[in-house]
Amino acid sequence: MSRRFLTGALSAATAAGLVLSLAACGGTTKNDSSGSGPAQSTATADPGAASKQGVKMAFLPKQLNNPYSDIEVGGGKTALDELKGVYKLVGPNDASASSQVSYINTLIQQQQDVIGIAANDPNAVCPSLNQARSAGIKVVAFDSDAAKDCRDVFINQASTQGIGEQLAKMASELAGGEGEIAILSATPNATNQNAWIEVLKQQLAKPEYAKLKLDKIAYGNDDDQKSFQEAQGLLQSFPNLKVIVSPTTVGIAAAARYVSTSSYKGKVQVTGLGTPNQMRAFVKDGTVKKFALWNPADIGYLAAYAGVALSSGQITGAPGQKFKAGKLGDYTVGANGEIVLGPPTVFDSANIDKFNF
Amino acid sequence: MSDTAAPSGGRPAWLSRLASWDAAVILVTVVVLLVASGAVDNFGTSRNYTFLLLDLLPIALIALPMTFIIVTGEIDLSVASTLGLTSAVMGSLWNTGMTIESIIPISIVLGAVLGAVNGFFVTVLKLPSLAVTIGTMALYRGLAFVVLGDGAVADFPRAYTSWVTGTLGGGPIPNVLVPLVVLALVFGVVLHATPIGRAVFAAGASEQAARFAGVRTGRLKFWLYVVCGAMSGLAGVLWTLRYSSARADNGFGMELAVVAAVLLGGVSIFGGKGTLPGVLAGVVLLAGLQNALRLQDVSNEALNIVTGVLLIVSVLLPNILSSARAALRRRRRRSPSPDPPSSDPGVLAGIEQ
Repeated sequence: MSRRFLTGALSAATAAGLVLSLAACGGTTKNDSSGSGPAQSTATADPGAASKQGVKMAFLPKQLNNPYSDIEVGGGKTALDELKGVYKLVGPNDASASSQVSYINTLIQQQQDVIGIAANDPNAVCPSLNQARSAGIKVVAFDSDAAKDCRDVFINQASTQGIGEQLAKMASELAGGEGEIAILSATPNATNQNAWIEVLKQQLAKPEYAKLKLDKIAYGNDDDQKSFQEAQGLLQSFPNLKVIVSPTTVGIAAAARYVSTSSYKGKVQVTGLGTPNQMRAFVKDGTVKKFALWNPADIGYLAAYAGVALSSGQITGAPGQKFKAGKLGDYTVGANGEIVLGPPTVFDSANIDKFNF
Repeated sequence: MSDTAAPSGGRPAWLSRLASWDAAVILVTVVVLLVASGAVDNFGTSRNYTFLLLDLLPIALIALPMTFIIVTGEIDLSVASTLGLTSAVMGSLWNTGMTIESIIPISIVLGAVLGAVNGFFVTVLKLPSLAVTIGTMALYRGLAFVVLGDGAVADFPRAYTSWVTGTLGGGPIPNVLVPLVVLALVFGVVLHATPIGRAVFAAGASEQAARFAGVRTGRLKFWLYVVCGAMSGLAGVLWTLRYSSARADNGFGMELAVVAAVLLGGVSIFGGKGTLPGVLAGVVLLAGLQNALRLQDVSNEALNIVTGVLLIVSVLLPNILSSARAALRRRRRRSPSPDPPSSDPGVLAGIEQ
């Protein structure tokens, strides 16, 4: 029996020893490790180059069969049809961090020209994306960025500035240019929401919005019930309230649901950021006149145009380079290779039925 | 056709082995790799073999001890959760500023402790291993999320991450293949050429008979769970470094890939039968098919169907073959051999000495 113990212990020791043998002498801690990826491409761009035809671009969303990403890659397919490129869609069935890596490896083997990826984990995909780039494949991140050192450009769905401005514009239009408004946000420390609200406040300081008064910022913590109660509270505390602006999909739906069932329906407007599917009923019944969000199809469309521009040598991903993106118009690469899609899409009764996400 | 402990240097046994299931799996695997290298674009390149080996590494590492456990008639479904918890603990220890050189052995020991918990429930409290490890599968995964939440830790030292993703001298052989080959040899020798291996087969063939023959099956199984946990911990370390991402959901669902490879490799789920080379062939076959079919743009759903059919065939075919053989033998008016290998005297011969 003791022999058996010994062997068990031995196997464990062997395993540990093997791993330990990888260790360099001396300890490495978090503080000494410095991550520096390969430098960004130094190749010069030729903005006048012709767009290549037959560019093979593969889209690798976070996971397949997700309604939102299906619309995104559908936009990519439309763009590649316009550009006479070859569209391909691959991806895991689960949105786990490492599941995308073997797909990237397969795409490297298939010698794609461009990979468009919405990264499940910005770092897990990094080594294989860089392998792809050293094999001459261009990498366009969209929707969810990979680490900066591992992709050529990132299609950002919306800038903070653009969203804040759009929220102010919609609030002003719905209030008729003057009156009291309130904000129903997510949590008090939600990074995105706070950044958008900050821009919205700066906008309200401008002369064209001088007659709008912000009564209160309420927080529904992105919880349906709490948001519902906060919307109720706002309307009771501020009888002259004209517009509730909710820059979160949970808040806008809860506020619209409360208003649609109350006597305030038609008197108080609800707007903000929401998805067409959750807001459709409220637009149809007149509770909500307009709200905004980026259009996922345009994200994929722009990603495909950026991919072909990279592949044709029109851009390399350096700031200030310009390229054309079909029906979306002209784009400029910003800092860190980011390309901002532009102002969010405004949904209203006229166009809401064209969208399904 | 009972695949008991491989006799060292027994020629007749070696001959009968040729017709056995695991030999067939090894043959099929070689054929699939050769055909794919010829027929599938970009499959037979050295870079693709590097990807293939990197992808199958964690499954192969865990399949080694899993083979022992399944041969004894037990199972461990908590391996992927052990991998995830190890990864999560690695990330949080790294965040505290501990050195990676201390974190790696701690992680492997943690795996061993998690395995010991399984072993305790299965062997001391005598609970069924299927129920126990389904429980710890959920428990360990839950703990992983408690430890790290749904975030990720990514800034592991480049020297380590690049070693794990790198190859020997820049060639096609991944660095991590070295520990895998060494461990596979150790496990293979122990299973097929030592008293421990014979005890493992004996315990799986008939636990009572093994006990009468002096094998302490409880203690044996306990240590198998410990080793299995440690190997899952090691797989967790290598996984975390390969993807430079410590996450609580790492390796989610992998336990089934491991069990599938072991069963495909000719190990009987009822215990008592199987060989390690067959299991390694099973691992390579599943990974190779997946790689080749993906290069051909076959959808995930079709991939799953192929894997499922393969598994069912691997369970059915040996049974059909052995009953056909039994029928033949009966027709030849020889003494019928009972199907369960519990009365196989060859198994116990090695232990009684």
